[in-house]
Amino acid sequence: MNQKKKKLSTGDKVFYVFLAIFMILFVIITLYPVLNTLALSFNDGTDALRGGIYLWPRKWSIKNYISVFERDSLKVGAYITVFRTIIGTLLALVANAVLAFIISRKRFLFKKSLSLFWVITMYVNGGMIPTFVLYKNLGLTNSFLVYVIPGMFSAFNMLVIRTFMHGIPESLEESAQLDGAGYTTVFVKIISPLCKPVYATIALFVAVYQWNSWFDAMLYNRMKANLTTLQYELMKLLAAVTNKSSSLEAMKNSAGSVQPATVRAAATIITMAPIICIYPFLQRYFVTGLTLGGVKE
Amino acid sequence: MSLRSKSKSKANQDIQKVQFTWKEVKRQKVLLIWSFFIFIYGVIFCYLPLAGWLMAFQNYTPKKGIFGSPFCGLDKFKYLFDDPTFVRTIRNTLAMGVINLVATFITAIVFAILLNEVKAKKSKKVIQTISYLPHFLSWIIVTNIIHQALSHTGIVNELLVNFGILDAPIDFFAHPKYFWPIVAFANVWKETGWNAIIYLAAITSIDPNLYEAAAIDGAGRWAKIKNVTLPGIRPTIIILLLVNVGNVLNAGFEIQYLLGNGQILKVSQTIDIWVLKWGIGQGDYALGTAAGMFRSLVSIVLVVIANEFAKRNGEERLF
Repeated sequence: MNQKKKKLSTGDKVFYVFLAIFMILFVIITLYPVLNTLALSFNDGTDALRGGIYLWPRKWSIKNYISVFERDSLKVGAYITVFRTIIGTLLALVANAVLAFIISRKRFLFKKSLSLFWVITMYVNGGMIPTFVLYKNLGLTNSFLVYVIPGMFSAFNMLVIRTFMHGIPESLEESAQLDGAGYTTVFVKIISPLCKPVYATIALFVAVYQWNSWFDAMLYNRMKANLTTLQYELMKLLAAVTNKSSSLEAMKNSAGSVQPATVRAAATIITMAPIICIYPFLQRYFVTGLTLGGVKE
Repeated sequence: MSLRSKSKSKANQDIQKVQFTWKEVKRQKVLLIWSFFIFIYGVIFCYLPLAGWLMAFQNYTPKKGIFGSPFCGLDKFKYLFDDPTFVRTIRNTLAMGVINLVATFITAIVFAILLNEVKAKKSKKVIQTISYLPHFLSWIIVTNIIHQALSHTGIVNELLVNFGILDAPIDFFAHPKYFWPIVAFANVWKETGWNAIIYLAAITSIDPNLYEAAAIDGAGRWAKIKNVTLPGIRPTIIILLLVNVGNVLNAGFEIQYLLGNGQILKVSQTIDIWVLKWGIGQGDYALGTAAGMFRSLVSIVLVVIANEFAKRNGEERLF
């Protein structure tokens, strides 16, 4: 390292300049749109029509946020989204952890077949219409359950947890069993505490998925205004503007009032804020998770 | 993938076979009971929809249901492939799928390799944290951001006009030729940092001695990247490529649905949007199922072909 620093060749210098420019451009392209939206959300609506707002509001105003908070549908959407994120994450975490635990027990009689049963679901699925018909027949449409029940088990999440559990020494389990502990005790008292990091990873993955979901709200709960989600409401708000869109939703909403860009920006910021504030602190968890997930079946 | 070989050797150790005896069943009663419930769940939510594929061969009406509707053979599929709009959705889905796959792969690998060259630890950490951000935003937000950036008063038009590349702002969403590149860019913007995580992990696990040996042989920076880094992450690249080839057709919904518009329907409509429009919108379940089934089958065939190809060439493979 030290040697390198002493004699940076011309080629190296050129490379580092190029590298710095590349990284700076990368950061600008990634951050600018988000910061621009933030600036817009704090700018006065009429003033923003003149354009030319980049990273800082020209005429400060918090009216946009007030007008977003006054919309009842967004409030309902926010409640439902928070609710589904919490319930959905808890259910998915317990479900996948239990499944991974069962499959990773070396004595389990159907270890191979149950693994295969789930891995197949990663590659084959029935598609939109059969799934829709099924949920309808099960009475899951027009209900909150459709947000949290169908996605509970996921082969990918299960495999990530299983890979992690494989790394736990078996002697721990064996000695507990000698002391008379059953599988339930082993799972709750011995394996799960050691699996905290991977549980955090899965919780993060599921929570982000739940928070960002909108399609299920549109497809299954379109008729239920009290089961709408934040992202779906945001979509309706935004679709009213880009109403050239082919989407059914946009056509319906194009008749409604178009909200100024600043209000849309405020709604966007509110929707993304919770995740943006949390993710930087959870980095090591999702890095672990992805690395484990890269290990194939 | 060193982790993988580890788990394999472990599996070999466990070969001491567990006998299927009454005593063993009793011993793992709890496991069996829970796995039974989970199995039932799996059958209902993952396998029952497959039975719904029967609808594709029927003149299905919700009133008569799957068991009462009359069969009509391959009529629905014939109808699908006689419909030029559907054939176009296949082209669109495939084209965008391939373009996105290539674009996101290359950018992620290049980004990972370059980020690995950043020696200042703090800057590296900051850049990496920022690079993850777009992954956590929903497509609703991302497409809105793209719309804003490309609008008449948006930053892209402004820059192009100021630099004299354009005389007047253009409406990017009115011209079919811009749509595929916009979709590819949106995917790259959203996922580059995220996809790079796994390559960075693979790069860090390369033996540093290899770099030293290369340096002694007089290898420069590019030679090291070409002869040490790239071969080192090759297995990771192949595995991810295999996984994603199967997803080429699956990735054609949210972004096209949210970004597309009537003017450019010819290039923006994908199979899934078509299914939503006809299957759900018009209530033609049979036709929608047939289209979805076609897509699923093509995906499976693609995975199998890619896997076979990798096997022939002595690469990593999925199964």
